[in-house]
Amino acid sequence: MSEFTLNINGAKFPVSAPADETLLSVLRNRLNLTGTKYGCGEGECGACTVLLDGHAVKSCQTLVADAASAKITTIEGLEQHGQLTPVQQAFLDENAFQCGYCTSGMILRATALLNDLPHPTEAQIIARMNGNVCRCGTYPRIVDAVQRASHSLTKGAAR
Amino acid sequence: MNSLLAESNNAPRSFALDRRTFLQLFGGGLIVCLTDRDLLAQESGRGFGAHDLPKEVSAWIHIAADGKISVFTGKVEVGQNIRTSLAQLVAEELMVPFEAITMVMGDTDLTPWDQGTFGSQTTPQMGPRLRTMAAAARQTLVEMAAKKWSCDAAALIVGNGKVTAPNASRSLTYGELTQGEKLVTTVSANVPLMPAKDWKVAGTPVPKANGRAFVTGKHQYPSDITLPGMMFGKVLRPTGFNATLDSVDTAAAEKMPGVKIVRDGDFIGLVAPDAYTAEQAISAIKAKWTVPAQPSNKDIFDYLKTNLESPRGGGRPQTPAAPAAPAAPAAPAADSNAIQLTQSYTVQYIAHTPLEPRAAVAQWDSTGKLTVWTGTQRPFGVKDELVAAFHLDPSKVRVIQPDMGSGYGGKHTGDAAVEAARLAKAAGQPVKVVWTREEEFTWAYLRPAGLMELTASVQRDGTITAWEHHNYNSGNAGLPTPYQITNPVTQYHASKSPLRQGSYRGLASTANHFARESFMDELAHAVNMDPLAFRLKNLSDPRLVAVLNAATEKFAWAQSKSTPTRGFGIGCGQEKGGWVATCAEIAIDPATRKVHVTRVVQAWESGAIVNPDGLRNQNMGAIVQGIGGALFEAIRFSDGRISNPHLADYRVPRFADTPHVEIVLIDRKDIPSAGAGETGLVGLAPALGNAIFAATGARVRNLPMAPSEPVAGLAKATLTS
Repeated sequence: MSEFTLNINGAKFPVSAPADETLLSVLRNRLNLTGTKYGCGEGECGACTVLLDGHAVKSCQTLVADAASAKITTIEGLEQHGQLTPVQQAFLDENAFQCGYCTSGMILRATALLNDLPHPTEAQIIARMNGNVCRCGTYPRIVDAVQRASHSLTKGAAR
Repeated sequence: MNSLLAESNNAPRSFALDRRTFLQLFGGGLIVCLTDRDLLAQESGRGFGAHDLPKEVSAWIHIAADGKISVFTGKVEVGQNIRTSLAQLVAEELMVPFEAITMVMGDTDLTPWDQGTFGSQTTPQMGPRLRTMAAAARQTLVEMAAKKWSCDAAALIVGNGKVTAPNASRSLTYGELTQGEKLVTTVSANVPLMPAKDWKVAGTPVPKANGRAFVTGKHQYPSDITLPGMMFGKVLRPTGFNATLDSVDTAAAEKMPGVKIVRDGDFIGLVAPDAYTAEQAISAIKAKWTVPAQPSNKDIFDYLKTNLESPRGGGRPQTPAAPAAPAAPAAPAADSNAIQLTQSYTVQYIAHTPLEPRAAVAQWDSTGKLTVWTGTQRPFGVKDELVAAFHLDPSKVRVIQPDMGSGYGGKHTGDAAVEAARLAKAAGQPVKVVWTREEEFTWAYLRPAGLMELTASVQRDGTITAWEHHNYNSGNAGLPTPYQITNPVTQYHASKSPLRQGSYRGLASTANHFARESFMDELAHAVNMDPLAFRLKNLSDPRLVAVLNAATEKFAWAQSKSTPTRGFGIGCGQEKGGWVATCAEIAIDPATRKVHVTRVVQAWESGAIVNPDGLRNQNMGAIVQGIGGALFEAIRFSDGRISNPHLADYRVPRFADTPHVEIVLIDRKDIPSAGAGETGLVGLAPALGNAIFAATGARVRNLPMAPSEPVAGLAKATLTS
């Protein structure tokens, strides 16, 4: 067991965990931050996506020791003072989910994508999001949601 | 395969709460229960007095003194949006805003018995029940107001959760009308309902109930449930199916901090204080198993055809005259003017792969009562499993189903629930069990593999004169032909599946539609007819004709001429009250033989539309999911082992596989609403196969049609995707 102080969603979380435990397991099973989902544990589905210093990573493929010095953002950290982020709002407006189990990972992947590429083409969205699986098959709506978020971010910046 | 469904049909209906407990839950207000018992039907609308609650209640509604409306049903939300659409139907009949309704679902202590959420039955069965209760509640409240104001009930106006007197002289909310009294009303099914043409809340694209909880990570799925003092459980899995345990050494695992081994015969599991230790400990157990020789993909279809269950197990023939045992296809009547064709089609075992694997949290309290939170489509079925496994009185088991990470027919059983309960009992503490993806692929159950053999005769003018369709193992859903044919023979032959198999979205309808609609295409080409014209010539079902026309018009079928790099195909069908027609366009690279689905137009009709946005979402999802089974999904197995139990090796549809999708909805307000979660899947595979044929001239009769790697035992796949 090692002692870590994780910086998650702007708050400090002290936690004891083996250095080779995954960030996903620490978030879900030790810190009860269950918005980040387990889908495959193999880095193939993206349900566990979180942001490390603004970059999307699969938390099932990230060891807690390697995340200890980063700013970690999970789905629980996006909403600020009751205000959804444009990406969250866009998923809601497009009803871009069915069971919603992939949604946390999709939103964080899309958030990182729009940080890098504020005006992605459809092909860029598909290429960047392809590692995230929606088994209910709502991909077309998720693409629409990312485009909607891109537009509203642009409008927000112009204001 | 249908045994999973059948076993629940005989379960006694029971309602766990007695009248006292029932009323204790609520401070007061109006409770409306629906019963279909004749005697009670005669007492329709009357107070239930001092009697016990009827055992036959299948759902109920409570209107609290503060106006809050709760609706109780044993159905569950798995992503099909039923929580939203049922609430719309109740809001409509009660004449309240959608937001006033809270649905309480899938909790065996709070909701009446229900056989489960499958077979597209919630909308056509639970929908009318809830509407009936809501309409009766509204009627009761209006009568109460009329009595209070000594006026004619017919003169009162209802809207927005209030009853208002003529000239708006006075009004009372529903909550005020109950005055906090504990009122119980039972109703029978003959209460007039709001016609769909007058719907204001139902029939509209209301967004998903609690949608915000899903974009903020606040919604708690079954695998997210956490209890104080909870431990993490793991179960030792054999190295193959039907294995016997030779030896086991748990010493290393037992030395790990806080680990407790639980052993009961061949069941070996453990609990640990944290998930990491539980994983380390289970992989530290050294076990030796003997796995017997078993069939593989290579010989599966021969195996299924020659290992039949007794004839009794074999489904319902469409014609009573059909032979109970498989025989050589009957020779259609000799007709010199007719062409006879015989073909075989196959589908492989595929996995549901719900993104949330099986999970359960179990807790035994000091009175010996077991509560399990788990992801299942059959909470009452899981309760029965727990009652049987632990020899408990039914009142001592509660199953709670939080809205889960879907199922697609794959979560009818209580495997994880029983495991968690077993471990929790031994540990004396609550235990969570979450299956790994590998466990989910290996130890859940699969969509059955199947062999379909079809024979038909068709005259040169396109009239089908004889039809025979046999299905081995995959099932009888979607087996009857919708085409107008005299004395068709269709029969399902149940086989002894070497792999655990069960329900799947649409059941065998995908396999049977793939076979029939591919075969229809082959027959059309045999008589040189356009596939659409050939279908229409043999169809009289106006609803199927309507979706075919709607889809092909939107798709511009008449102008769609296939080339070697671009193919167009159609497929259609009807099952479980849904009518579907699918047009697909594929692009194919002649050099790599790589197939990509570029465009799909699907027309859908299932009666009056309850939520058009949810319906579009279901159809779109069905198409995307259908691409997997049609083109590349296949479980690979040999000697009792699944060799691709990982998402890296079992390919599921992704963003890059998704075509441009257009959904055309036909709203038949004159027809009762039917379910829409399943049949939207069935048109795609044949439409793709027919498009591939149109482009390449090669007929692919086996699903998956374009696997990334060849599937053993199938003719060498010439396509990839």
